[in-house]
Amino acid sequence: MYDDIVARFRAVLPPQSSDGAFVSLRIVDEQTDLLGLRSGVLEPPSSRRDVGAMVTVHRNGGLGYAATSDLRGSGLRQAIEKATDWAEQTSNRALFDTRAIAMPAPTGTYQTPVKRPWSDVPVAERVAWLQHVGQLIGNDPRIVDWESSLFAVLTRSRYVTSHGADIYQELHHLAPDVTIMAAADGVVQKRSTGMRGFSQQGGWEVVARSQIESLVPRFREEAFELLTAPNCPSGTMHLLLDPGQMMLQIHESIGHPLELDRILGDERNYAGRSFVSPEMFGSYRYGSDLLNVTFDPTRPEQFASYAWDDDGNPATRQHIIQDGILVRGLGSSTSEQRSGLPGVASSRATSWNRPPIDRMANLNVEPGDQSFEQLVSQVERGVYMETNTSWSIDDSRNKFQFGCELGRVIENGELKGLVRTPNYRGISATFWRNLAGVGDRSTFEVLGTPFCGKGEPNQIIRVGHASPACLFANVAVFGGA
Amino acid sequence: MRSWFDTLTDHLSAQIRGHEGFTLYLSGESSEFARLNRGRVRQPGHVQQCAVTLRLIDNGRHASQTITLSGDPADDRARLDHAVDNLRGFLPHLPADPHLLVAESVQSSSDAMASALPPAAAMVDDLLKEADGNDLVGIVASGTTVRGFANHHGQRNWFSRSGFNLDWCLVHDADKAVKASLAGFTYDRSALHDEMARARSQLATLARPGRTIEPGAYRAWLTPSALSEIFGVLHWGGFGLKSLETGNSPLRRYWSGEHHLDPRVEVSEDIAHGIAPDFQADGFRRPARTSLFEAGRMTGAMVSPRSAQEFGRSTNGASNGESPVSLSMAAGDIPVGEELARLGTGLYIGNLWYTNFSDRDACRITGMTRFATFWVEDGEIVAPVNVMRFDETLDGLLGAGLEGLSAHAAFLPSNMTYGERSVESNRLPGALVKAMRFTL
Repeated sequence: MYDDIVARFRAVLPPQSSDGAFVSLRIVDEQTDLLGLRSGVLEPPSSRRDVGAMVTVHRNGGLGYAATSDLRGSGLRQAIEKATDWAEQTSNRALFDTRAIAMPAPTGTYQTPVKRPWSDVPVAERVAWLQHVGQLIGNDPRIVDWESSLFAVLTRSRYVTSHGADIYQELHHLAPDVTIMAAADGVVQKRSTGMRGFSQQGGWEVVARSQIESLVPRFREEAFELLTAPNCPSGTMHLLLDPGQMMLQIHESIGHPLELDRILGDERNYAGRSFVSPEMFGSYRYGSDLLNVTFDPTRPEQFASYAWDDDGNPATRQHIIQDGILVRGLGSSTSEQRSGLPGVASSRATSWNRPPIDRMANLNVEPGDQSFEQLVSQVERGVYMETNTSWSIDDSRNKFQFGCELGRVIENGELKGLVRTPNYRGISATFWRNLAGVGDRSTFEVLGTPFCGKGEPNQIIRVGHASPACLFANVAVFGGA
Repeated sequence: MRSWFDTLTDHLSAQIRGHEGFTLYLSGESSEFARLNRGRVRQPGHVQQCAVTLRLIDNGRHASQTITLSGDPADDRARLDHAVDNLRGFLPHLPADPHLLVAESVQSSSDAMASALPPAAAMVDDLLKEADGNDLVGIVASGTTVRGFANHHGQRNWFSRSGFNLDWCLVHDADKAVKASLAGFTYDRSALHDEMARARSQLATLARPGRTIEPGAYRAWLTPSALSEIFGVLHWGGFGLKSLETGNSPLRRYWSGEHHLDPRVEVSEDIAHGIAPDFQADGFRRPARTSLFEAGRMTGAMVSPRSAQEFGRSTNGASNGESPVSLSMAAGDIPVGEELARLGTGLYIGNLWYTNFSDRDACRITGMTRFATFWVEDGEIVAPVNVMRFDETLDGLLGAGLEGLSAHAAFLPSNMTYGERSVESNRLPGALVKAMRFTL
């Protein structure tokens, strides 16, 4: 794909100079479709076809990039010139010498395994599914608003470099979603799949994997029950988190603090720094012995899977935390070479108009050996929480406070009634050490989100998080006002 | 770019047939970005992008497609034709939309302001020289932003600005840093010098040993930047009519009249004094000022055309997300320079960070202190404060808990660059809060 653009790029590429200048071209062609049904009315369908390319130049130790949607030869030549200008103008004050950075030169192709492509699903069938979800939600005076939606993204990218790299990747994403709002007697409550929390790669089969049709009746009844439920209790107690909330917990208090560019200080003006410092790698006890975290871009159905990152580094599964010990950071070859720390293939850009930076991709907690019932049975007093609704954490990614849509009291090893506005707070550096139980594969879910923000200029990117249910001891839990 | 947009619009108008109608919204930029870290250049580059969103309307059915423009006239016409064909094939599968509201009266406008800016590389040089060896981290962003609108009724709107936004920190150590910025349409080297001098003076204070405060309630001074983080989370479904009418807004009790803020709180969407265009993507014009809170009582909402149709209101040109783009809060009477004296003993909070609702229905907000936050005793800064988490209701901040507002409201252009450079802004005073609750 895009051979014509690549040929034009190669035609305008300056001959390799004696200083070994590196030039890359990353073409991104993304088709996005959004279809939603809100309270029985079809929202105006929208789609987006976004095509452009980024040229990156390493020259005389400096670095520059130029993004353009003009993919004619003249547009690509201009982009090369602009990127080269930036590299030359800033080489004398560059943060690091790009001549010391070895760029990979892979070749190959990768495509998401797809059973039924989104593009093969007729519009009428997509609308019919949304309407079916609406029928399951049904009519009740307590339901004040609801929405079901389908968000599909097909991303095609081609990456070529002056040093021989040539890769093509085609990633199919789909995120079915549902939200139910209920209100009665001045109380409003929500149940949902958690802001596109069920985001996966694949075709129409993702809709069936989401199990939304079986979740909706439960969500509806829980929303009603929450309207009259008591406030979440306050105190220090056990906390059992479902995979939906574990996604957020992993993302904010493991993923972000382990990004090498944060540790290197790049993000201190915006997304923040990290409480993790370089000397911790290899010895720091991040969590209890039960904590095993992997970077796994090889799980085909997970939302942020790929074969190479946006700098061409081959993506492989790696342990980030093993038996509770921090072993590896989230940073690609450039950050590895800058920091001297072990990283992963996680140099990613949100699209053609932004440069790659260190990101999460799929970051997962590995399953343990306890059933959900076994996790509950060991709790004398605690709360089970499901589906994230609020998140906040300090700029070192240490002090956090998170809230969920639903809480359920656990007493003497048994699940009891629902409680509303459940929140908890803690400190990353100690929270994971209180990991007291890890659910087995029967509790394991593969989730993701399209909304991870970071970088200057800002970028929102897709990430995946798979996790079992997990039990934590000695957590500060509290409810609403 | 404007003539290019006009040419595309004329081409599109010629393709429309029967009862079809269209809207065409353009958003583009030519920007330079230079990312900085440790007083050196991390990642500089250029972004040239432009996209149009075509909405095709036919007998109450409508759908939209956004396409990137390449700049090649023949290619762009072909892309537009392809989008028309796609939408034509799509519309028969859709029902008529009961919430569709189309701008019928032609309200054309043009607001193009050209500025002579120095090259971005020169701004980078200036900033790093002024940092004078300090640990500076941040970004230089500059260039031209454009928005355009056209429809089948012949309405044409155009907006363009050339501006810059220098946004940086001077870091003392770890998370002890001073946030600074300089943004506008006319670059003034001396203004950069002054802002850097202010940052350097605070940096010296940050060198004092940090103090950790115990959880509890403290008097607090929120600078305009800190207050903007509070409004930032309220933007998120707070002021929108749809959220208010469906009960999902954290301000719903203010909307119903059940709650009110301090009578000194006056909040408006102030397009006249912001930097955003006075038209939105569906072609509706934005009034110069829309009152949201008057004398502490919620008087207005952000109303998109769609919500206007659904809830029987008039639109005020809000975008589909129904967030303010030029929010303004009236200043109070605490003179500039007397903030610390009026605070007495408590927390001077330079910046907040990562605000969110810990109880959305009760409008209780949590977040962190960040950058320069100081412990103050008897009107004098004593020590920088280690980061703390607050958890406080809006009433505790701007209702019963509000003691006063500064006599100057600061203009805060957004530094956000998600997708493209933002044209949003806030104009906010500082706020003196009687007892702000800190938890961790």
